[in-house]
Amino acid sequence: MEIYAFYAIAAVVLSSAVLMVTSRNLVHSVVYMVISFVAVGALFILLQAEFVAAVQILVYAGGIVVLFLFVVMLVNVTETYQVEFLHRQWLPATVLSLILAAQIGFLLWGNAGGLAADPAASASVLRAVDGGNTETLGMMLYTDYLLPFEVASVLLLVAMIGAIYLSKKRV
Amino acid sequence: MSDFLIINVVIPLVQIGVLLGILGLAAGYIVLAERKVLAFIQSRLGPMRVGPHGLLQPIADSLKLLLKEDLIPGSADKLLYVASPVIVVAMAFTALAMIPFGQGITLLGYHIPGVIADVNVGILLILGISGLTTYGIILGGWSSNSKYPLLGAMRAAAQMVSYEIALTFAVLAGLMVAGTLSMVGIVEAQRDMGVWFVFIQPVAWGIFTIAMVAETNRAPFDMAEAESELVGGFFTEYSGMRWALFFLGEYTAMLVIAAVNVTLFWGGWMRPFPNVEALAFLDVVPSGIWFLLKVTSFLYFYMWIRGTFPRYRYDQLMALNWKSLIPLSILNLLVTGVVMLLLA
Repeated sequence: MEIYAFYAIAAVVLSSAVLMVTSRNLVHSVVYMVISFVAVGALFILLQAEFVAAVQILVYAGGIVVLFLFVVMLVNVTETYQVEFLHRQWLPATVLSLILAAQIGFLLWGNAGGLAADPAASASVLRAVDGGNTETLGMMLYTDYLLPFEVASVLLLVAMIGAIYLSKKRV
Repeated sequence: MSDFLIINVVIPLVQIGVLLGILGLAAGYIVLAERKVLAFIQSRLGPMRVGPHGLLQPIADSLKLLLKEDLIPGSADKLLYVASPVIVVAMAFTALAMIPFGQGITLLGYHIPGVIADVNVGILLILGISGLTTYGIILGGWSSNSKYPLLGAMRAAAQMVSYEIALTFAVLAGLMVAGTLSMVGIVEAQRDMGVWFVFIQPVAWGIFTIAMVAETNRAPFDMAEAESELVGGFFTEYSGMRWALFFLGEYTAMLVIAAVNVTLFWGGWMRPFPNVEALAFLDVVPSGIWFLLKVTSFLYFYMWIRGTFPRYRYDQLMALNWKSLIPLSILNLLVTGVVMLLLA
């Protein structure tokens, strides 16, 4: 049962992602992106990570993509039909995506054993708190993974200050 | 039929059916109530012609809207134009599934819970799904391919994303006290502590209440519609049943966010003063009635401020959020944390 749900949701994620890239209309691309993000949230629910799923929908689908849409609507969409989509970046883009595909392929086929987590251990982490894993997630973020968490927050702060500096009027 | 089937399929389906049936009718009467309340505030009588005191007006209105010609502008993006009102209504109804309306009742040996889906991250999911209604508004405005709807949509996008931040921070302050994300759990936490969270987190409640009005695009924050400057805002081009769907979505969203307010700050389905034993006789009134009383008070509050305050200017709206509400809500979180640490 669960596996069929997975295939159905994964099909939605992948097809909307492909449509997002191939769609000629920027607003349609953004809509496909939202569908893809919400479907990824559904995948998280299948993995019993309800908190991550809720945050995925709240932050990515509900917040960030709205801002994408905002920006896309600000630019004149009709003009982008004429623009050639393949710019000079096509060579580095191709090389980088080939490298990424090779990495994912290596993980999937070459090193399958390394990916599969110990099911008993992960189940115990998931079920550590009765009625959900939000508390476990919070505890782990602020104890075992404190450093990556802080690094990520500093990174976001730097990006925020950079964005404010760039958009500020020169005085 | 096996018990499993009844508990997991039949009962939720019946709950959904009852809720949708009531809501379809109730939305029309909320509109009528709003017209009446606004009329009384402005020393008018409001609708009086159809039925006694205009009581059949919602039925006449829905008939009119159903029979109207369905217009789609020639230059509109057809698919998104048709999908937008559906997104608004579907997301508002989905969020409604996680609202606990009461304690639940036992019928024919089966316990019927007062909530359709008690998700353990309920409140986050409600906020997330309500956030998706923004797409219905933005895409509806954009796909109309017309100036006023586009302006309304742009305003809605900026406004709803901004106020979502203040709203979420206010919710977080309440959640720190409750210690759970489940909507049912939040009410139970208030029952166990014997106090409504509005008395513990008055600042968070104030921020939430202001932000919830902005989040549902209601006056005095109805920048997305602003009929006196933008004709009809994002739904200018819509007519007939599609326009009515936007209306249904707006009123359902109001109901959802008012219910979240009641659940998080006003004790959900509990009677007033749950800690005073002498008032135990109030429990005669079913929990669902208390909940509906509280929610309708908030609906009245919505209408009241619509009739009282002039619309904010766009820059004032943004300044209020980014310069007052968000810093205040972060400070409130900090103070809550320090106090909880000192009391622990």
